[in-house]
Amino acid sequence: MRGRLDPVAPTVAEKLALLHWPFVALVVLLGLVGYALLYSAAGGSHAPWAFRHGIRFALMFVLMIAIALVDLRRIFKIAYPAYFIVLFLLVVVEIFGEINKGAQRWIDLGFVQLQPSELMKLALVLALARYFHAAYLDDVRRPLFLLPPVAMILVPVALVLKQPDLGTAVMIAVLGATMLFLGGAALWKFALAGALGAAALPILWSQLHDYQRQRVLTFLDPERDPLGSGYHIIQSKIAIGAGGLWGRGYLRGTQAQLSFLPEKQTDFAFTMLAEETGFLGAVAVLALVAAILTVGCAIALRAESHFARLLAAGVTVNFALYALVNVAMVTGLIPVVGVPLPLVSYGGTAMLTVMLGFGLLLNAQVNRDTAIPRFPAEL
Amino acid sequence: MYQEADRTRCFRRRLLLLGGAQLALFGGLAWRLWQLQVRDHANYQLLAEENRINQRLTVPPRGVLVDRRGRPLAVNVPTYRVRIVKEQAKDPRRVLEALSEIIALDRRRIEEVLELLRHYRPFVPVTVREDLSWEEVARIAVRSPELPGILLDSGLLRRYPHGAVTAHVVGYVGPVSEAELARDDDPLLRLPDFRIGKSGVERTYDRELRGRAGLSRIEVNAVGREIREVDRREGEEGADLQLSIDLDLQRYCMDRLAEQEAAAAVVLEVSTGAVLAMASVPTYDPGAFAGGLSVALWRQLAGDPRHPLVNKCIRGQYPPGSTFKMITALAALEAGVATPATEVFCPGHMSLGNARFHCWRSSGHGRLGLVQALAQSCDVYFYELARRVGIDAIAATARKFGFGERLGIDLPGEMPGLMPDTKWKRERLKQPWQKGETLVCGIGQGFVSATPLQLAVMTARLCNGGRAVHPWIVRGRLAHVKEGRGIAPPSLGLRREHLEWVLKGMFEVVNGPRGTAKASALPLPGVFMAGKTGTSQVRRISRAERAIGAHKRKDRPREERDHALFVCFAPHDRPRFAVAVVVEHGESGAKAAAPIARDIMLEALRLDAAPETPARGQLAWAKEP
Repeated sequence: MRGRLDPVAPTVAEKLALLHWPFVALVVLLGLVGYALLYSAAGGSHAPWAFRHGIRFALMFVLMIAIALVDLRRIFKIAYPAYFIVLFLLVVVEIFGEINKGAQRWIDLGFVQLQPSELMKLALVLALARYFHAAYLDDVRRPLFLLPPVAMILVPVALVLKQPDLGTAVMIAVLGATMLFLGGAALWKFALAGALGAAALPILWSQLHDYQRQRVLTFLDPERDPLGSGYHIIQSKIAIGAGGLWGRGYLRGTQAQLSFLPEKQTDFAFTMLAEETGFLGAVAVLALVAAILTVGCAIALRAESHFARLLAAGVTVNFALYALVNVAMVTGLIPVVGVPLPLVSYGGTAMLTVMLGFGLLLNAQVNRDTAIPRFPAEL
Repeated sequence: MYQEADRTRCFRRRLLLLGGAQLALFGGLAWRLWQLQVRDHANYQLLAEENRINQRLTVPPRGVLVDRRGRPLAVNVPTYRVRIVKEQAKDPRRVLEALSEIIALDRRRIEEVLELLRHYRPFVPVTVREDLSWEEVARIAVRSPELPGILLDSGLLRRYPHGAVTAHVVGYVGPVSEAELARDDDPLLRLPDFRIGKSGVERTYDRELRGRAGLSRIEVNAVGREIREVDRREGEEGADLQLSIDLDLQRYCMDRLAEQEAAAAVVLEVSTGAVLAMASVPTYDPGAFAGGLSVALWRQLAGDPRHPLVNKCIRGQYPPGSTFKMITALAALEAGVATPATEVFCPGHMSLGNARFHCWRSSGHGRLGLVQALAQSCDVYFYELARRVGIDAIAATARKFGFGERLGIDLPGEMPGLMPDTKWKRERLKQPWQKGETLVCGIGQGFVSATPLQLAVMTARLCNGGRAVHPWIVRGRLAHVKEGRGIAPPSLGLRREHLEWVLKGMFEVVNGPRGTAKASALPLPGVFMAGKTGTSQVRRISRAERAIGAHKRKDRPREERDHALFVCFAPHDRPRFAVAVVVEHGESGAKAAAPIARDIMLEALRLDAAPETPARGQLAWAKEP
């Protein structure tokens, strides 16, 4: 199978050999941790979560490898179309949601529920990587040059915020900012944006739904309503703290097993891990996530084309952001925003985003020496 | 190309910065985990245990009360109750309103339950109503799918099979008050449905009847469902108590008093002080208190001028009137200022200074001695004895017979009555004692007041050979009536012959040809009753009223009419029982109180002759639901 774009493109076998296998191993390891945890969350049963998690992970693993083997330039070419398709989906589900008040904002694909807002993270990384691929630092210095990417960020952020999904909106915004930062935008511009954002906070506050305000207030003082919205975070901290250094033993965490811990299979999976395997287990998983982050960064640093670098860095940051937000959330450092721990928490959407992202990351690894012209001729 | 190198350098620098920052954040998270899991571990461990372990008190069944023949007076019956769990009900108000459509449940109770639900954790069941009928249980069960969070279960409810008849002695139980919570740290009292003794024996012996709570530590999950019992400590069942009351006699007394507006009667066993009957009318139904009293009924009971809630036997304080004359006589005899042979001439009044003290019989009794003075209840005779011996000697003797102090009966709220003397008047009223007051007190009027129980105890001490019996309801409370140990009550130290002369006078009251209560002699061959009438003034009679005879008119307002009293014992030669009867505003001790006392005495003697029924078997039966 010789690609159209490059007469001397490597074979599948050659590409497989170029894959970053240690990274693949780390990803599989994290998936297995998730399996073990969901087995425990069900009280020692493959049903209803662990088994499905495994199947899903296997399917997405194949998808990840497949994406890794695609020609990077093909991905470069579909970057903008992908962004607009996802944006279109985002608008569609938004309109759909408007019409049927409170209706779902996802598309059911059978084995996974596709949330355009999740997919938007990847699409944004792709589109911005594509945009900045053409930009030298001189271009980036021009304020007008930064307008299109800022718009590319703000439009989906606004749409997601309207859903309303504060957590995802903030994550998309942070991801976009990361891309601007890596693209070379001047630091003072971030400071300015930050100041503007702070000034806009009161307006944002007035736009928040009651339950969102509740979450922020509860975060500031969980004891305010120990049986209501503060319950999750209090119980989560109790569970983590009760785990101690060594943990209470696999399948033996009373907080999780006796259902004091809510959402233990999804957003609070890490809590259960910390309760049952203790500080050592929790730090080990944090180390695993940090290792994936490190390898991701290494791949980004090594890539030849600016597109590949930005792409690799973007998806890595995206993954790390999930983990950071999730763990900070369950340990009571930030409000409960409903962000899962990717590959560990039950649920397909985050896994899909992360695994597709890892596919792109591995693609950047495989195509680390592939050069892409700033302005490819056919465009 | 330098531009390519530039942006590569910029990218690498910034990515390293970003990656490094993220790694640092992961380090921060690890530090946070260290805080929670290592530094504060013990604290969170404790919280997790508190989450996991529910301490559940097991409520011991309350002790049963039985009468002296083992018949149940207070029992526990199984009851169906409906409870609500907030967590499962989601919207408790809606569920309770739906419930009120199928069972009787008023608005006020719904609000109370909602208030209770706010107090407890969301998985704690709160009782909505007890004592459901079978039909109501069935109706709830059928509709249960529409009533989320509604639980049906059974508990024990206190029942008083003889209700109003034994209400004042047995008392009743009710919800624990804040004050009771404050002075008692028994964890049982903290249970939402716990009932505590509020009056009568239920209150005096509440600790014994209550038993001790068992504790079971249960592992529960987040919704409060029990997973397993971790360990348990057995409690102690409440003690069953046998009362001195004879149910038949008690019922007889209540029936006999029933036609009176307000009256009290006490029957004592003279040798032991056991209270065989204690009747106070009007009475109330303790069953009305079990399920919470309606405001209207409470107002009615508390506001009634005849005080149905008050046990008049121990809380009613009446001037003893002529029933006090035995005390004056004994005081004079013991002091040596009079002998049984002392005679006094009664012209119908006695003058002291420029005051005149009247005898109840305005025409006078003529010359009479001690026995006839008692038999005919001559006031002048006792004015004279009182004048001779003085108030302090009278008070000292009276106190020996239980006047002016609480007798220590095992019922709550006993009143002490009042036995005045010079010291009392000086200290309490800041006034010197007047000689005339001695005369008035000598015939049981003026400051003197006593409870019907005190009158019965006085009578018992007079006829039992001058021994200081104390009244009691539950065996085992007083040293000298402990089961199996017949320790005689201590002697009052009175000359036997003095007592006998006084008793002779009391015999003549009932059996003598001129006795004031000769109409109330026992209709039994060879069995004689001795007693003393009393008609005590409620208010002072003015000279003008006496002149026109207003104090004897039948159309006086009820509350101005005299109290009627009678004390007695029988059989005369071998005393068994002492009876005291007070009929409020009954006008004449001989006409109103004596016939009642006679009938009660007859019934007591009749029941005394009846064969005892086995007590123990009855006790076991009473405990069965």
